[in-house]
Amino acid sequence: MYIRVNRDKCTGCEECLNSCPYDAIEIREGRAFINEYCQMCRLCLDVCPEGAIKEVMEEGEKAEAISKDDYRGVMVFAEQRDGMPVNVAYELIGAGRRLADELGTDLSAVLLGSDEASAIELIRWGADRVYLCTDQSLRVFNDELYTHLLSELIRERKPEIVLAGATPIGRSFIPRVAARLGTGLTADCTSLQIEKEDRALLQIRPAFGGNIMATIICPDHRPQMATVRPRVMKRGEYKEDREGEVINIDLDHTTTRTKVIDTVKEVSDVMVNLHEADVIVAGGRGVGGPEGFKVLHELARVMGGAVGASRAAVDEGWIPYSHQIGQTGKTVCPRIYIACGISGAVQHLVGMQSSDIIIAINKNPEAPIFNVATYGLVGDLFEIVPLLTRKIKELKGITKD
Amino acid sequence: MDIIVCIKQVPDTSEVKINPETNTLIREGVKSIINPYDLHALEAGVQIKEAVGGRVTVLSMGPPQAEEALREAISRGADEAVLLTDRAFAGSDTLATSYTLARAIDHIGADIILCGKQAIDGDTAQVGPETAEFLNIPHISYVRKIEEIRDGYIRVERLMEEGYDVVESSTPVLLTVVKELNEPRLPSLKGKMAAKKAQIKRLGPSDIGADEARIGLRGSPTQVKNIFAPEAKTDRRIFTGTPEEQVDALIQELRGIRCI
Ligand SMILES: Cc1cc2nc3c(=O)[nH]c(=O)nc-3n(C[C@H](O)[C@H](O)[C@H](O)COP(=O)(O)OP(=O)(O)OC[C@H]3O[C@@H](n4cnc5c(N)ncnc54)[C@H](O)[C@@H]3O)c2cc1C
Ligand SMILES: Nc1ncnc2c1ncn2[C@@H]1O[C@H](COP(=O)(O)O)[C@@H](O)[C@H]1O
Repeated sequence: MYIRVNRDKCTGCEECLNSCPYDAIEIREGRAFINEYCQMCRLCLDVCPEGAIKEVMEEGEKAEAISKDDYRGVMVFAEQRDGMPVNVAYELIGAGRRLADELGTDLSAVLLGSDEASAIELIRWGADRVYLCTDQSLRVFNDELYTHLLSELIRERKPEIVLAGATPIGRSFIPRVAARLGTGLTADCTSLQIEKEDRALLQIRPAFGGNIMATIICPDHRPQMATVRPRVMKRGEYKEDREGEVINIDLDHTTTRTKVIDTVKEVSDVMVNLHEADVIVAGGRGVGGPEGFKVLHELARVMGGAVGASRAAVDEGWIPYSHQIGQTGKTVCPRIYIACGISGAVQHLVGMQSSDIIIAINKNPEAPIFNVATYGLVGDLFEIVPLLTRKIKELKGITKD
Repeated sequence: MDIIVCIKQVPDTSEVKINPETNTLIREGVKSIINPYDLHALEAGVQIKEAVGGRVTVLSMGPPQAEEALREAISRGADEAVLLTDRAFAGSDTLATSYTLARAIDHIGADIILCGKQAIDGDTAQVGPETAEFLNIPHISYVRKIEEIRDGYIRVERLMEEGYDVVESSTPVLLTVVKELNEPRLPSLKGKMAAKKAQIKRLGPSDIGADEARIGLRGSPTQVKNIFAPEAKTDRRIFTGTPEEQVDALIQELRGIRCI
C-alpha cells in the first residue's frame, strides 16, 4: 500500500502539509506530493478538503485472514509481586470483565508463581477462570518462562483479546508473546472499547509524547493484544460468593538462557511508591530548596500520599531522582495530583496528565500547568500549602502531629 | 565482539502538537533527531568495544533520510552503518519492524544487540523484545548497568519498579537500555571526518531474505484507525480570591466529589 495524491482533485491549498509528522508532503508544481519520508501513518487521509489523498492497495496485499471465529473470550495476565497479585491485576480484571460482558463471552486470568487463595480472590473480583501455576520459580520474573507459559495457553485456549499491565514486567515479555504468535500488540493503552458489529477491540493510547491520542485496531489477526497503563482502569465489583474455576498448569519447561541472580529493592529515605499512591504532592523549582519540600511532605502525610518532583527540582539536588515524574522519570496516575510550583512543561505533563484530578498551585496565572488542571489555585505555595494542610487536618480531626 | 546498535530517526516529539479544532498536527519546524534512548545504546556499544574489542555496526530501518542519523552515529563512535530502506518496508508496525531488523541482524551477525528502551515517537518499547524473539535469542530490558561481559556471558542490572535485578545471560543477547546506563559522548572531530567519508550500506528486502508478506504494511497486524486531541478538561476551575478563600473553595469541591 502507499499514499497517493490525486493531482486532478488537488487544489494546492496546502491544508495537508501540517498533518504530516514526518515532513513527507511537499508542494510540487502547485500540487501536493508525497515524498519518500512517508511512513504510511495515514494521518493525512482525512485532512484534505477535496478528498484528494488516498491510500492505494497493491495487488495481493491483503493478508489472508485467519479464522477469527475460532477465537473467543478475554484473557488477562495477572502480575504478582512476592506471590501477591498487584493492583494492575485487579484493574485488568475490572476492564476485562466489562469487555467480556459486552462481547457476551468469558474472562480468564493467568496467574504465575502465586497460590490458590490469590486465584480465588481474582475470581471474586470478576474472573470466570484462573489458570494458576504455583511453581515457586515463577515468583521471580523471567522473560523466557513467562513467554513460554502464556504463549502456550493462548495457543491452546484461543482468546480473542489478551491484556497485560504496561508495567516493566508486562512491557518486557508481552512483546515476545505477540511476536511468537505473530499478532499485533498495542502498548500502554489508556482506554479500551468494543466495536460491537465486528467484535473489534479499539485500543486507545497517547502518542507523540502525549500530545496526541490514537485509536489502534488489529483487524485481521487474533488475539488482539494490548498492554494497559496501570491506574487507569477501574476495578470491578467484589463479590465474596462469585464462583469460578481454578485450573492448575504445570511448568513443563525450565531451561532458560537468562537468570535473575539477585533482586535489590531500593527504597529512598521516604518510601516512594509513586505508582501505588492515591495522592501525589509534587514540587518543582518554585519550591525553592530542600527545606521547601518539608511543607509538601506534610501535606502528603495528612492526605496519605507520596511526594513527587519535577526534573528542575531533582536537577537542583533538592530531592532524589527516584521522585522524578515525567518523560525521563516516572509515569504516574494517582486519583489526586497536586502540582506545587511546577510550570507544566510538556515533558512533565506526559508523566502525570492522566491523573484523575490535577490541582495546580502556582503564583503565575499564565503557567501552562493550569491548562491541564482540574482545579487551579493562583498564589504563593508557601501560603497555600500549609493552609490546605491545616484545613484537611481539621476536617479529618487530626489534632496533634 | 560483534555489536549491533539499532537506532531510529524520530521527530522531536516535544514539539509535535495537535490542533483540537481540526484534529490535525501542528508541527512547526519539528526537527529529526536520533531517538534519545538510542544514543545511550550506541554509547554502550562503543564502550563495550573499547573494553573488550570488536566492531559496532549501527542499523536503522527508515526512509533514505535516516542516513543522516547513521552518519551522526559514526561520528559518535560506530564503525559501520546499515540502512534498511525500501518502499516495501514503509508502514511497518512494531511486529513488521522487528521481523525486518531481525532478518538484517541475522544477515550481519552479532553477539550483542543494543536497542533503546523505547522510541519517543511511539513510546511502544516493543521492538527490542520482539526482535529478540524473532532471532530466537534472550533479551534483557531496561539495562541500567553492564557489570560484566565476556565471550558467551553477560551480567547486567535491570531497572525495575522498586529497585533493580541482577540478571545474567548467555550471548548472543539483545539488551534494551535506559538513560541511567551512561552519558553519551559528543561527536569527536575524528568521528566527524569518518562520518563524512563513511559508506552507508543500503539493504532491501531481498538482501536480507525477508518474506514480502511479513514486512511493511502487509506484515503489520495493527492499524491506526484515527487520531484525536487529548480531551480538554471541560470542568476546569481556577479559583480566585485570597489564599484562604481559594483553599476553602478547593476543599468544598473535593468534599463534593468525596475526595476528602
Ligand atoms: C529531553 C527532556 C526530558 C525532560 N524530562 C523531564 C521529566 O521527566 N520531568 C520533568 O519534570 N521535566 C523534564 N524535563 C524538563 C522540563 O522541560 C522542564 O524544564 C521542567 O519540568 C521544569 O520544572 P519546573 O516546572 O519545576 O520549573 P520551572 O519551569 O522553572 O517552573 C517553576 C514554576 O514555579 C512557580 N513558582 C515559583 N515560586 C512559586 C511560589 N512561591 N509559589 C507558587 N508557585 C511558584 C513559577 O511561576 C513557575 O511556573 C525534560 C526536558 C527535556 C529537554
Ligand atoms: N525503524 C527502526 N530502525 C532501527 N531500530 C529501531 C527502529 N524502530 C525501533 N528501533 C529500536 O527499538 C527500540 C524501541 O522502539 P519502539 O518499540 O518503537 O519504542 C528503539 O529505541 C530502537 O533501538
